[in-house]
Amino acid sequence: MFDQLSDRLQATLSEVRSRGKLSEADVDSAMREIRLALLEADVNFKVVKSFTATLKERCLGAEVLESLDPGQQVVKIVNEELTGLMGGTGSELAMSSSGPTVILMAGLQGSGKTTACAKLARFLRENGKKDVALAACDVYRPAAVDQLVTVGERVGAHVYQQGTDADPVEIAGWALDRAREERRDVLIVDTAGRLHIDQDLMEELAKIRKRVKPHDVLLVVDAMTGQDAVGVAESFAEAAEFDGVVMTKLDGDARGGAALSVKAVTGKPILFASTGEKLEAFDRFHPDRMASRILGMGDVLSLIEKAEQQIDEKQALDLEQKLKSNQFTLEDFLQQLKQVRKMGPLSSLLGMMPGMGAMKQLKNANVDESELDRVEAIILSMTPEERANPALIKGSRRKRIANGSGTKIQQVNQLVKQFDQMRKMMRHMASGKMPDAQQIAQMTGAAPRPKIRRR
Amino acid sequence: MVERLEHEVEAGSVAADGEAVRERLIEILAEVASTARAPIDLSGEPAVLLMVGVNGTGKTTTIGKIAWHLSKEFGLSVVLGAADTYRAAAAEQLAEWAERAGAELIRGEEGADPGSVAFDAVEAASARNADVVIVDTAGRLHTQSNLMDELAKVRRVITKQLPGAPHETLLSIDATTGQNGLRQAQLFAEAAEVDGVVLTKLDGTAKGGIVLAIAAELNIPVKLIGTGESLEDLRPFDPSDFANALLAE
Repeated sequence: MFDQLSDRLQATLSEVRSRGKLSEADVDSAMREIRLALLEADVNFKVVKSFTATLKERCLGAEVLESLDPGQQVVKIVNEELTGLMGGTGSELAMSSSGPTVILMAGLQGSGKTTACAKLARFLRENGKKDVALAACDVYRPAAVDQLVTVGERVGAHVYQQGTDADPVEIAGWALDRAREERRDVLIVDTAGRLHIDQDLMEELAKIRKRVKPHDVLLVVDAMTGQDAVGVAESFAEAAEFDGVVMTKLDGDARGGAALSVKAVTGKPILFASTGEKLEAFDRFHPDRMASRILGMGDVLSLIEKAEQQIDEKQALDLEQKLKSNQFTLEDFLQQLKQVRKMGPLSSLLGMMPGMGAMKQLKNANVDESELDRVEAIILSMTPEERANPALIKGSRRKRIANGSGTKIQQVNQLVKQFDQMRKMMRHMASGKMPDAQQIAQMTGAAPRPKIRRR
Repeated sequence: MVERLEHEVEAGSVAADGEAVRERLIEILAEVASTARAPIDLSGEPAVLLMVGVNGTGKTTTIGKIAWHLSKEFGLSVVLGAADTYRAAAAEQLAEWAERAGAELIRGEEGADPGSVAFDAVEAASARNADVVIVDTAGRLHTQSNLMDELAKVRRVITKQLPGAPHETLLSIDATTGQNGLRQAQLFAEAAEVDGVVLTKLDGTAKGGIVLAIAAELNIPVKLIGTGESLEDLRPFDPSDFANALLAE
């Protein structure tokens, strides 16, 4: 999401890096670049002004001018300021000490509240194993209740609803009573999307708030929102006094300036990030990781976490054995491919790897998910024997596989050939140590190889 | 646009006073916004409208409004195709709008192939001699190439069923969207040959200025604007009104 911004900052700062010492003119031109980039990224004008002012002050200060590597100092400062701008080291949801924790969700139409409710419910269940209930208080949007019931069931949350004829405030109060009776751990209250300038609906929101006394009020904000984000946030802060923000649709390529602005202008932290269509695509928002990602320093922590979630320890050991003894088959490859794909779209994974942000070539090369679909389809059209021993695949078998997967015979040939080459390479790698992220980055050219000093 | 204005003031064709400059700016903005201006094509038999856009931009609600206007104001018979087979309760949502607008609904099972629902909708409309069929699609981020491919496929399926269709492909853009709107329009246009934009949620405080970039750089005009959540809240796009609103406080 922040890719373009990080490219610009990196380009600006890589010049500074190479020159060693910083002059005031250098700092000014760097600030100019940063200002432009942030404005283009939809960051609010006021926020940009104060950010670059603070940044310049720190950059001109002694710590940079006298340090041995001012370029790296600037990077460090920008990183710190960006992290600070987006909320420090992350905040938590307030939890109830007795009775259900009540979370109220609010926001504009189409921001993603209902989906976020289900995702949050799932997240809480996964991470705290809580008994979660949802309250359907959007009685205006056609089929909103149906939607919440459906997604609620999918994540194993109980949905309290009274259809669309009851009053939202009453439904909320009734849902809270039920949640208490049934001893739920959490009650998440979904509300209708509303304009911050709609007095009646903002009053309704205030009434719902009064009725259920939430421990947390979350404002759901679409990451592609432009300058308007600040006005919306300020109005909702006044009317509903929200505690935190959920940013949605972060898997898009919107610059995401709204994220930076909302926090700066309202002082409220971004608590969660929704990063995809699936209900699992929901995480705590980590401002420090986001800042690193902006600067092209990669988001390795998120990547590792995702990988750990998918890769079973025992499976990993089995795999290593197979690679060493050359028993790695197309079936194994298919399993690996499925695991990697479960981690999320490859383009977003790439964005998380260190140094990838700076690789313009990689960025413009659209990672072709459909190519992986093809590979999966081809392997799935093979019999188990063929997957175990691709040497079997000749003549009529190739034709059968091509027909079965809707591909051409050349594509089947290509896969078998590439798999053979890959298997050789992996056996070679497995006989030594398994490469770490740094080594993979070097191999793919994403990170520079360490320089060899010549005497 | 600013450069152009500067030249005109320097050349003397615009008086160098605040009011004159402001008025001229509004004219220029309106001009840019009028690019490729054309009415919605309802000439097909049936006329096929395809609605596309990012999640949450107001596609389904807009379809309800269009259907209502066509049926109530022009007396046309309308069929709606619920080709959003991904989103929970999407068909139920469109069904509600169909009822309000007096249109017929064609739907499939949840998780069904969107192309097949689009196909069925166009087929049903042809068979019943309906005037218009409007096909809803699932919201999708333009960055998801597999979903954009799917959209292109839905379009092909429609064309196969009725050559020349879809006659009008509308992209919904939320007025609160920032610079990303241009990128959205670019990629949706590549996948689905967008004919026009519906600028939604203009009843808020956002002004939707990004449509000017979409008009100027992609030659895609705004055809309709959405101004609320009710059936009546749909209006044709007026470039002058839009330009004036852009500069209003």
